[in-house]
Amino acid sequence: MTIIEKLKNPSRRQLIVAGGLATGGLLLGYAFSGPSRQTLANRAASGEGEQMMATWIKIAPDNTVTVYVPHSDMGQGVITALAMMAAEEMEADWSLVRPEQAPAETAFANENLGLNFTDGVNIPRLLQGVTDAAFVKLSQFMSLQVTGGSSSVRFTGEHGMRPAGAAAKDMLVRAAANRWGVQASECTAKLSHVTHPSGKSATFAELAADAAELSPPSTPVLKAKSDYTIVGKPIPRADIPAKVDGTAVYGVDIRQPGQLYAAVRLAPTFGSEVVSYDAEPILARRGVKKLVPIPGGVAVVADNFWRAKEAAAALDITFDTKGNEKLSMASLYAEHDAAIAADDSKKDVEKGDVAAGLAKAVSTKQATYRVPFLAHACMEPMNCTVWIRDGKVDVWVGSQDALGTRARVAEVSGVDFDNVTMHPLLLGGGFGRRIPLRAGFFDFPSEIDFATLIAKEVDAPVQLLYTREDDIQHDAYRIAVTSSFTVGVDDKGMPVAWKNRYTIKDDPDDAAHIPYGVADQSIRYTDSQSFVPRGPWRSVAHTQHTFFNESFIDELANDASMDPFEYRRALLKDEPRHLAVLETVAEKAGWGSPLPKGRARGIAIQKSFKTIVAEVAEISISDAGEVKVHKVTAVVDCGEVINSDTARQQVESGIIYGLTAALYGEITIANGAVEQSNFPDYEMVRMADVPEIDVHFIESGAEIGGLGEPATPVVSAAVANAVFTITGKRVRELPLKNHDLAPKADKLASAAE
Amino acid sequence: MSVSFTVNGVSHTLDVEDEMPLLWALRNELGLNGTKFGCGVAACGACTVHVNGEAMRSCSTPVSAVDGTAITTIEGLAAAHGAAEKLAPIQAAWIEHQVPQCGYCQSGMLMAVSALLQENPNPSDAQIDETITNVCRCGTYPRIRAAIHSLSNA
Repeated sequence: MTIIEKLKNPSRRQLIVAGGLATGGLLLGYAFSGPSRQTLANRAASGEGEQMMATWIKIAPDNTVTVYVPHSDMGQGVITALAMMAAEEMEADWSLVRPEQAPAETAFANENLGLNFTDGVNIPRLLQGVTDAAFVKLSQFMSLQVTGGSSSVRFTGEHGMRPAGAAAKDMLVRAAANRWGVQASECTAKLSHVTHPSGKSATFAELAADAAELSPPSTPVLKAKSDYTIVGKPIPRADIPAKVDGTAVYGVDIRQPGQLYAAVRLAPTFGSEVVSYDAEPILARRGVKKLVPIPGGVAVVADNFWRAKEAAAALDITFDTKGNEKLSMASLYAEHDAAIAADDSKKDVEKGDVAAGLAKAVSTKQATYRVPFLAHACMEPMNCTVWIRDGKVDVWVGSQDALGTRARVAEVSGVDFDNVTMHPLLLGGGFGRRIPLRAGFFDFPSEIDFATLIAKEVDAPVQLLYTREDDIQHDAYRIAVTSSFTVGVDDKGMPVAWKNRYTIKDDPDDAAHIPYGVADQSIRYTDSQSFVPRGPWRSVAHTQHTFFNESFIDELANDASMDPFEYRRALLKDEPRHLAVLETVAEKAGWGSPLPKGRARGIAIQKSFKTIVAEVAEISISDAGEVKVHKVTAVVDCGEVINSDTARQQVESGIIYGLTAALYGEITIANGAVEQSNFPDYEMVRMADVPEIDVHFIESGAEIGGLGEPATPVVSAAVANAVFTITGKRVRELPLKNHDLAPKADKLASAAE
Repeated sequence: MSVSFTVNGVSHTLDVEDEMPLLWALRNELGLNGTKFGCGVAACGACTVHVNGEAMRSCSTPVSAVDGTAITTIEGLAAAHGAAEKLAPIQAAWIEHQVPQCGYCQSGMLMAVSALLQENPNPSDAQIDETITNVCRCGTYPRIRAAIHSLSNA
């Protein structure tokens, strides 16, 4: 049974349950587990005297509807968007809806994400690493609150919020019909009221207690899209007001009685450990309370973070060396090149016979591309606050996986999971960085681990905070990757055999695949051991492979003397969704229309997380060789748009995040350590760099796709392809800042002749 | 030594090290957490406050340099605009344009932009680019620009 069939035909584990609140309200959601789970939910979300019977939706006596969302909102608007999906089906009055992040209790785990895991359907492997490492047993596989893989709306919303909302409406309408002695079919739910043509009317709250006595429908009927009044609208996000007046509470803002602050001094070289340090002068400094050894470093605990940080910097400390100090980008890339040359590779795609295809080809083209490591550089530096006392642990942090964090803290502290309370707070940026475990790379402890280890040694709540330098130099990085192509073309220059070898397979599985109609394909990868901690970075493997594939296809178009848009169009003739997105972006961007002197356009397209994005970048290059991006036109087919404004926000955001990587993004290694340390040498796109961004959506009605990530990977190739049009120089390695793109006076003069 | 200054109209005297950055005096000594730590080297602007009406990056401003000054933080921005209502016009514009995403940089953005608008109520795009050098990783820049222009044209 496929996952879709499974969701259409719910098993016993997926029954909707509902029940009353002692105060007269209704709670409703999916119940996926037994009474123990409900007990947990009772404790977590019910007010005094209330009974929490299920997850997700609560109708209170004042007719407000609270929607509990099992995801983190790091600015992508997911808590608002998911509440909109529930409220739409429920016919709730949006002004009475209160979207809230669910507490970090297993009762609020994201079952639908888990279900997709078990079937392995398009869920990033990185998230599986999270659950494995959290020691969540397979039987508890559903205990997930991960926010990643652009999955929230796709899974939780589509398969959780919508049916739960529809079930609530069904029960409320039946309760009204019973009360009034009329047929349910004669009653209408609208704006948090149920009405009958006779003039009878009741609020949801007035009906909630009766509704709680009814059996939920096993297959709730969803609304037709044409009847939507909330979904698809630009509903303002619930989290914004607190973010303009300083009242929003991020992880770094939590304060508890007697709280202390910790700063770390970590070995710059990955894998090094502390040999010795001189604690005495540090303990004599004002405000310093304690030094705590941690893996690969020492933490200094003080009464003010600045005092802790200054003391940590002043610490006289010696680290050992275990060989990593000899490693550099040159040694790492040499390893990549050797691995690709040896071609001891594993299968990604094998289709047709690429050797025969290359032999038959009129000509072949070879090129090798690279991208460096990237840090996430969330604006809020990593932090975690932990208080261990009386056999219990409290943890305060903004995390992309609240339950996973709780499990990790339990493991590191040695305190039972049930005695760990996780208080999820706002995230000052996530982008894949705020996942508590380093997906399959546990040799590198995270700030969650450090904070817990420090708190074990301190009789007070302690807030560990990284400096920006710690953050840049001890991230879990987007990997550095090398990708090599050998492609054969026919007499018209169209690809007929596509051979691609790259280093290190990352998520998602399809990131290196091409949408183009090429008969013979062999895409394989080599494993490459790296000592650099690695983690998911917005759009994960799509960031590298979209740059590689969409730049190389542009090379082929140029060799064929074909317009790069027309070239792609010809190769996508059997992919109608791709074709529609590509043709629309060309139309919206005015592809082929005259441009001011010195400007050029580049185009690229990629499907990621079930969403297809095409972008056209319009650029110029200054006399100093700096790339200026004037405009990016984006066309996005994500199947369906839930909130038209936050959807647009995510595309704008993704483009700017990707543009920073394209123009500036580069973490390099020397002597086994990161060379960059802060914004001055890890530069960001700022106001002056920002292009005009023009976003268009195609609602194809295809399966709903993600939006947090898919706009990010496309922009680097679109910009680099435009750079080629202006300079004739093919950029095969990012970032662009490393290339000499200044116009050569003599070259221009000779071109003019 | 002890330093004295007002923050959002309230007088404070602190007995802290001269070189303690204003940011950490605000956050860890005075409990005003709206002002954010981003880089510690005046490179990102998340910590921007007003000192005697001028935008300053508090992470790199020692308290000794602000002795005797009047400081405004995000918590006091609305009151500083003399608005009896809850929000300064710039904050209302930020909501109207749905500017913040994660929101972490926005305290600094609002303080930087409000100082700019105080000096130049109708800034050009070039002036915005030159003055507003704060970093936002979520990429809210286009909406910040739109919000600024909506205030300029009002």
